[in-house]
Amino acid sequence: MRHICAAVLPSGIPYFQYNWKKEIWNLYFVGGITLGAVLAAVLLANPNPVVVTPGVLNYLASFGITDTNGLMPSQPFNWSELLTLRGALLMPVGGFLVGFGTRYAGGCTSGHSIMGLSMLQWPSLVATCCFMAGGFIMTNFILPFILAL
Amino acid sequence: MAKPTINTDSEVQVLEAVGGNASSLHQNWSGNLKYAVVGMAFGVVFVKAEIISWFRIQEMFRLESFHMYGVIGSAVAVGMLSVWAIKKFNIKTLQGEEIPFHPKPFHKGQLFGGLLFGLGWAMTGACPGPLYAQIGSGFSVIIVTLFFALLGTWVYGKFQHKLPH
Repeated sequence: MRHICAAVLPSGIPYFQYNWKKEIWNLYFVGGITLGAVLAAVLLANPNPVVVTPGVLNYLASFGITDTNGLMPSQPFNWSELLTLRGALLMPVGGFLVGFGTRYAGGCTSGHSIMGLSMLQWPSLVATCCFMAGGFIMTNFILPFILAL
Repeated sequence: MAKPTINTDSEVQVLEAVGGNASSLHQNWSGNLKYAVVGMAFGVVFVKAEIISWFRIQEMFRLESFHMYGVIGSAVAVGMLSVWAIKKFNIKTLQGEEIPFHPKPFHKGQLFGGLLFGLGWAMTGACPGPLYAQIGSGFSVIIVTLFFALLGTWVYGKFQHKLPH
């Protein structure tokens, strides 16, 4: 993320002034993730609908989300719903929070929760608790209102 | 000449430490391909383990399934084992460099940023890496999410000095 910013948005911001070319392997890595997902989706596809717990199914169905063919429901996550209020909140706002939050916290689920906890770093535990707290707040208190839009 | 800047990002400290995360040795185009191969393995796992599934994230935060807790928990266990093995056997990187472990100093960003990320995580069903996998698995619209994640990263860089740390 940060490396793409440094590479494509030269802006005189100190945070992005470092030798991003040294970190170019990151871009190969995310390129690989994308390709790997394509491979998994095309060659190793699961022909059955994704198994979702009945509680979540019923809950989502109450918002008109019934598509379980893919790993994500196509109802809020498609190009035409991007222009609806619900889609415009979920994708752009959600994306912004992910990008901003991970950098502000100095790491994400892998950096803090998995690597940080593995190295027994207590700040990573704090960060992980905050990730989870944010997730619980959104899912249980805010998302029902967004999905109802 | 270099102005002192707030430097709270553990990744930056890694970058600025000698060698750091970035190899100090020159790597050419083909040398980088191995990272793409590891990335592909990640992509396949992300999809097949349904880690990138928005449904799984909903289940996790509604406490209806153990799936994600199991995935994260076992990842931590494997991570601990790897860290232990790297230290114990002094395992080097592919370029033969030492693997440094940098402590992550605490700052308020882990609270505020962590909460904000958590909110976004539950909305998008993904953290940054899996976003690429969501796109790859056929949800092209997630390019928009990714674009805004990049924007969020950029805005953080822009206003870093004004945020409480």
